[in-house]
Amino acid sequence: MDKIIDLGTYIEKGINALESHLSFLWSAIDDGISWTVESMNDGLLAIPFWIIITLIALLGYYLSAGKKSFTREGFKKGIGIASFTILGFVLIYLMGYWKETIQTTTLVLVSSVIALIFGIPIGIWTARSHIADTVIRPILDFMQTMPAFVYLIPAIFFFSVGNSPGVIATVIFSLPPAVRLTKLGIHSVPPDVVEAGYAFGATEKQILYKIQLPLAMPTILAGVNQVILLSLSMVVIASMVGAKGLGSIVYQGIQQNDIAKGFESGLGIVILAIILDRITQSIGSKK
Amino acid sequence: MEEESRKVKIKVKDLTLIFGKNKEQALKMLKAGHSKSDILEKTKCTIGVNTANFDVYEGEIFVVMGLSGSGKSTLIRCLNRLRKPTDGQVLLNGHDITKETNRELLETRRTEMSMVFQNFGLLPHRTILENAAFGLEIRGEAKEDRLQRAQTALETVGLQGYEHQYPAELSGGMQQRVGLARALANDPEVLLMDEAFSALDPLIKSDMQEELLAIQEKVHKTIVFITHDLDEAIKLGDRIVIMKDGIIEQIGNAEEIMTNPASEYVEAFVQKVDRKTIITAGSLMFEKPTLVQYGKDGPEVAIRKMRTASVDVLPVVDKNRKFLGFVWLNDLIDLAKNKTQKIDDAIRTEVSSIHKDYTVEDMLPLISGKKSPLAVVDEKDGRLQGIVTQTSIIIEATKYDKNEISDLQEQAKEFFKWTK
Ligand SMILES: Nc1ncnc2c1ncn2[C@@H]1O[C@H](COP(=O)(O)OP(=O)(O)OP(=O)(O)O)[C@@H](O)[C@H]1O
Ligand SMILES: [Mg+2]
Repeated sequence: MDKIIDLGTYIEKGINALESHLSFLWSAIDDGISWTVESMNDGLLAIPFWIIITLIALLGYYLSAGKKSFTREGFKKGIGIASFTILGFVLIYLMGYWKETIQTTTLVLVSSVIALIFGIPIGIWTARSHIADTVIRPILDFMQTMPAFVYLIPAIFFFSVGNSPGVIATVIFSLPPAVRLTKLGIHSVPPDVVEAGYAFGATEKQILYKIQLPLAMPTILAGVNQVILLSLSMVVIASMVGAKGLGSIVYQGIQQNDIAKGFESGLGIVILAIILDRITQSIGSKK
Repeated sequence: MEEESRKVKIKVKDLTLIFGKNKEQALKMLKAGHSKSDILEKTKCTIGVNTANFDVYEGEIFVVMGLSGSGKSTLIRCLNRLRKPTDGQVLLNGHDITKETNRELLETRRTEMSMVFQNFGLLPHRTILENAAFGLEIRGEAKEDRLQRAQTALETVGLQGYEHQYPAELSGGMQQRVGLARALANDPEVLLMDEAFSALDPLIKSDMQEELLAIQEKVHKTIVFITHDLDEAIKLGDRIVIMKDGIIEQIGNAEEIMTNPASEYVEAFVQKVDRKTIITAGSLMFEKPTLVQYGKDGPEVAIRKMRTASVDVLPVVDKNRKFLGFVWLNDLIDLAKNKTQKIDDAIRTEVSSIHKDYTVEDMLPLISGKKSPLAVVDEKDGRLQGIVTQTSIIIEATKYDKNEISDLQEQAKEFFKWTK
């Protein structure tokens, strides 16, 4: 079929213009992300693996067991995640993918933090302003439904190949649940509690910080969990633009038709996903 | 009346609140006398409160009552401007709240008015103590100070020992005590209570009503209390307003509303209530009975007075109108036959005298077989204020009219004849 409107070309032109006019901005972002990711990687890799594994296992245990950490009941709650963390990570280490796992974890953490830094305030804004919500909702829909690969092309364009386009594409992909769940959380605060706040003379700011955010926190934390898991899935895809980590091993496996490599790295991702999921969930379920 | 001289705390003048976009047109139509449904149809606006006028006096419990949707919540929210009135004024201590800037309004809410909500509106993530201190925290009081005052407020509502629990760990009644403590901790002049006890089960509710009255004895706040329960209104309210479709149908004390309902709507409310507990001697009594003056009137004069009034019993008072007892016609006739000058021997004191605020329920046990009326006397000086006849008590208690009662009496006599 003939193309009647060449929308794609306009977008391309627009992106070109953005790239050339704001190149200093892109390179600053690029440098910032690369530096953060690399120094985090270096730092984490400098620590012996068993220390990191132990710390994560203890964190998982504490977050699940909470104040009851030293009781039998707490032990029952926390031991599952702790032992899974140890077994899973030791297996990854033995398979020889420790470094890649750390790299992936770093990318996930950096992307998630950026997504949350933007997502939560935008969520608060959309919850409190009807206009903001009407404008931002379609953008979020767009971000979530556009196939993830599509972000990668302009991302490389702005940041060349490496970790930065991977992080940016991941942020775009994982941002919407942070916004959505923050908004949902604030909207599901019982109106009478908010009204009570106003009745006692609370300012808008006090309503937000003393009532809405604390009460919305479980839902916001569910959003954090979503963001992290979506980041992980995107980080794997981002290996196609040069992001390092388990994803790039999967990618190699595909290219080299290497079933063993593909399976091992895939398993590593699953283990990492389960650990990240359980740990973030237990933050949310704690009182 | 004595109420006129009391200080007006809140004055509501021509207060109207309209929900919807097209408020101005709706207000114009309302002022031109169109009906609520007319206005809804033409402008899609709902009239929440329609030209309300009333005064709330300092230190009273002012109850607003009406069916669901009658505009009670809307009205009370106009008082602290959680809803902004479309028209009219709300004067707190003579100062118009509807014209306040946002800053002033926050200040008013923080210091002068506190609210208690039907569903408590407590913060689930905070302890009872922190919840009670919430209003003070919003106001910016130092932590130690506010926790101290919250603690005192919790003690006032009988919740000491629960400070460190969370709302979800408490029963509904206790949660509402926390709501009340939070309001009291601010030490406001006015308490606004929107169906504060409606979500509680009946026994707890009754406890809370007693508790509120007991607290009010101590703190003397001006309380605006909303309810849809007439029994609650009567128990708590110094005065009651009845609302329907945003309009105030009647204002008065329980008794005025019971005895003289302003409309069918009010009457429908009133019928559900047990009149025995509301109607008092004050409203039943006959205020200007013929009197026998002790020391002045002898038996002959007393008999003549009875004939004129066509009764066979009269109250005796001294020269200061202090009640001494009743005299009966047959006793007086005996004295007159013996040519006795004084009525002393005829004065009967066995029927106890009562006060104006005795209810029909209180008076029923005092009714004796001798059909003696009851004397209503002043609590302080014992002066006679009026008399209540047994018939009127029975009429109130049974809601039978006079003819029905005499029929019943005939039947009873027949019955006794047969059993004797
Ligand atoms: N936010 C709103 N928007 C539009 N109409 C409203 C709004 N709030 C209340 N109303 C309408 O205003 C009228 C009065 O409502 P209000 O809540 O004051 O009644 P109420 O007497 O408190 O009833 P209830 O006993 O059910 O609490 C009702 O007709 C209601 O439908
Ligand atoms: Mg209501």
